[in-house]
Amino acid sequence: MTLRQKHRRETLRNLAFLSPWLIGVSVFFLYPLVSTVYFSFMKYDGFTPPTWNGLKNWQYVFTDYPFFWPALRNTLWLVVVMVTLRVLFGLGIGMLITKVKTGAGLFRTAFYLPYLAPPVAATMAFAFLLNPGTGPVNNILGSIGLPQPGWFNDPNWSKPALTMLALWGIGDLMVIFMASLLDVPQEQYEAASLDGAGAWQRFRFVTLPNISPIVLFAVVTGVIQTMQYYTQPLVAGKVASGVIGSSGQQFEPGYPEKSTLTLPQLVYHLGFQRFDTGGASVIALVLFVLAMVFTGFLMRSMSERSTA
Amino acid sequence: MHSLTRAVIGTAAVALLATACTGTSNAPQATDDATKDVSITFWHGWSAPSETAAIAANVKAFEAKHPNIHVKVVGNINDDKIKQALRAGGTNAPDVVSSFTTDNVGTFCASKVFSDLKPFLDKSGIELDKTFPKPLQDYTRFQGKRCTLPLLNDAYGLYYNKDAFKAAGITAPPKTLSEFDLVAKKLTKPNGDTYAQLGFMPNFHGYESTTSHFAALWNPTYFTPDGKSNLAKDPAFANMLRWQKGLVDQLGGFAKLEKYRATFGDEFGAKNPFHTGQVAMTMDGEWRLGMARDAGVKFDIGVAPFPVPDDQADSYGKGYLSGTVIGIASTSQKQNAAWELVKFMTTDTDAVVSFANAIHNVPSTLDALKSPKLTADLKPFLGIAQHPRSSTTPASPNGGAYQLTLQDFGYAYEAGKVTDLAAGLAKTDVQIDKDLAQAK
Repeated sequence: MTLRQKHRRETLRNLAFLSPWLIGVSVFFLYPLVSTVYFSFMKYDGFTPPTWNGLKNWQYVFTDYPFFWPALRNTLWLVVVMVTLRVLFGLGIGMLITKVKTGAGLFRTAFYLPYLAPPVAATMAFAFLLNPGTGPVNNILGSIGLPQPGWFNDPNWSKPALTMLALWGIGDLMVIFMASLLDVPQEQYEAASLDGAGAWQRFRFVTLPNISPIVLFAVVTGVIQTMQYYTQPLVAGKVASGVIGSSGQQFEPGYPEKSTLTLPQLVYHLGFQRFDTGGASVIALVLFVLAMVFTGFLMRSMSERSTA
Repeated sequence: MHSLTRAVIGTAAVALLATACTGTSNAPQATDDATKDVSITFWHGWSAPSETAAIAANVKAFEAKHPNIHVKVVGNINDDKIKQALRAGGTNAPDVVSSFTTDNVGTFCASKVFSDLKPFLDKSGIELDKTFPKPLQDYTRFQGKRCTLPLLNDAYGLYYNKDAFKAAGITAPPKTLSEFDLVAKKLTKPNGDTYAQLGFMPNFHGYESTTSHFAALWNPTYFTPDGKSNLAKDPAFANMLRWQKGLVDQLGGFAKLEKYRATFGDEFGAKNPFHTGQVAMTMDGEWRLGMARDAGVKFDIGVAPFPVPDDQADSYGKGYLSGTVIGIASTSQKQNAAWELVKFMTTDTDAVVSFANAIHNVPSTLDALKSPKLTADLKPFLGIAQHPRSSTTPASPNGGAYQLTLQDFGYAYEAGKVTDLAAGLAKTDVQIDKDLAQAK
């Protein structure tokens, strides 16, 4: 066997070992990505063969499609506010529960159970609880003389209501944070205490550096999840606007007043309800680029911090 | 790096080739023999047990007449599922498809995913003008292409609570909108910052009180002959919006009405606000009567055409029309057999009448509308369905996008966020034209 043959055989063997990954990436990432780029320049209704459309889809989405900018603003709002609060709340609950001496199992179960509720059911339950006219939350607020928000029916309160729903289902993050908090070496806390560190300093200089990879993980996955946020705002909007049970009635996405529009909703709305695959592909690419930028920025800032 | 570039280019080439092969072009020629033993698949949207039983009975009657054609029925199908199936094709794809949404007829016809029914109609000697009312012919075709036929009809009228009318001393349903406004106010009983009873819920999220349903009372023209949006130029839309906003203001204002609307139960559930007495009048389709009875409503229900604008009092009796449509998938290899089912369901008078009675819908053919076998409580809607000035919304290439855009403007106007009506409608026209340009 010549050296060249040996080298070829080795290459083939390596490729064979890599093939599950290569096939997965090609089928589930590269092909959809290339197709999406291709369709973003085509006029395609999903039925008739696609035809070249130049930059028209891009121009339509960025300048003429009235849903795009509100959806982008909402998505960014949710990424910043919802992800931040989810991480803070999940970490806070995780820390509290790790400190609880008795009944920790009960608290863990109570905070984890909501995470298991299917998104549609959870959203419908929240729409019932937060109903501005008949919901128990407003009844309680009213009975103690506090203002009663319109929640999912008020454009100023719809995103905070969605955020509350997200915080209610914090169980996944809580468990991850709990595991990482319990892994922090106790001797570091003892050493910090001996040096006279208070609670905040112990958290700042012991806990946080130890769990920072988990915080990064929570933020990055939170950003990606929020970029894909679809079911909850759609269901909340449908329930609050009153079209949930209708079979033939069209739904205006984003009720009320486009305040719950998210980019994934637009991908579906344009692609599958308006038959505009080209426009939907443009929005999908915007989402992809945003997710890459956010993730890249977070990873880089974290690696800079760890090497500093 | 070099090999990676090659891999990307190769993948892109495969993707381009693959995507170029997707989509359907022309409908296949119908070459199947409808007299031979054959099975076809029929998709529909009905899901309630009584409805699926009615479909089953209708299909059974068809199979009795055509023993060689066996029909596999699949229910609870919405337009999103239809689109996916028609895109994908395959052995499980439907041959016959019905849809509740007339708005998508434009796309279905333009993209040829539904077969052209003209050759089938010609073959069977069916004359459309002698078979279907004019508005129904309109919403089942697009730009001269007939890819669907009407399968039952929906007519919208006024439902009123007779007991509430009696208590308020009102003896007859209103016929003009000014009379209607007075009656709605008379029936409204405020209770602090909410209502003990509301005469009518005019807000556009109030279930069937949509812009297009209200606008039909003015017989609007949505598009110019050259296909441009016509909202600002046709006074129908401004008149409709002014009237609706006026009623919103008279009944307590948008915010108070919206808060009250949030207390309503599901439109299609037992706690519909008309069933519970929360509203004394409502605009709804013919199905409401059956639903109200099923919900065990205690009061007497009256049904009448919805009142008309005062300057069109002579057109009282008209209303908005819509309905279910049915067509043949162009991917079907059994189109002649499929046509036999479509023909039976849409034109056989007995089949149409028995189906209409069972589903509690208005029938869709001229003969069936005159049938003595129709249940009596459909009568007010039969009049609306046959009224020469009843109208519908036209098909467009991007589904009902133009209706949603108008509705969006309606939300802003009723909430007082837009005050310059003419400028707002002109801006809405521009948006609709942009959306249409993107779809064409």
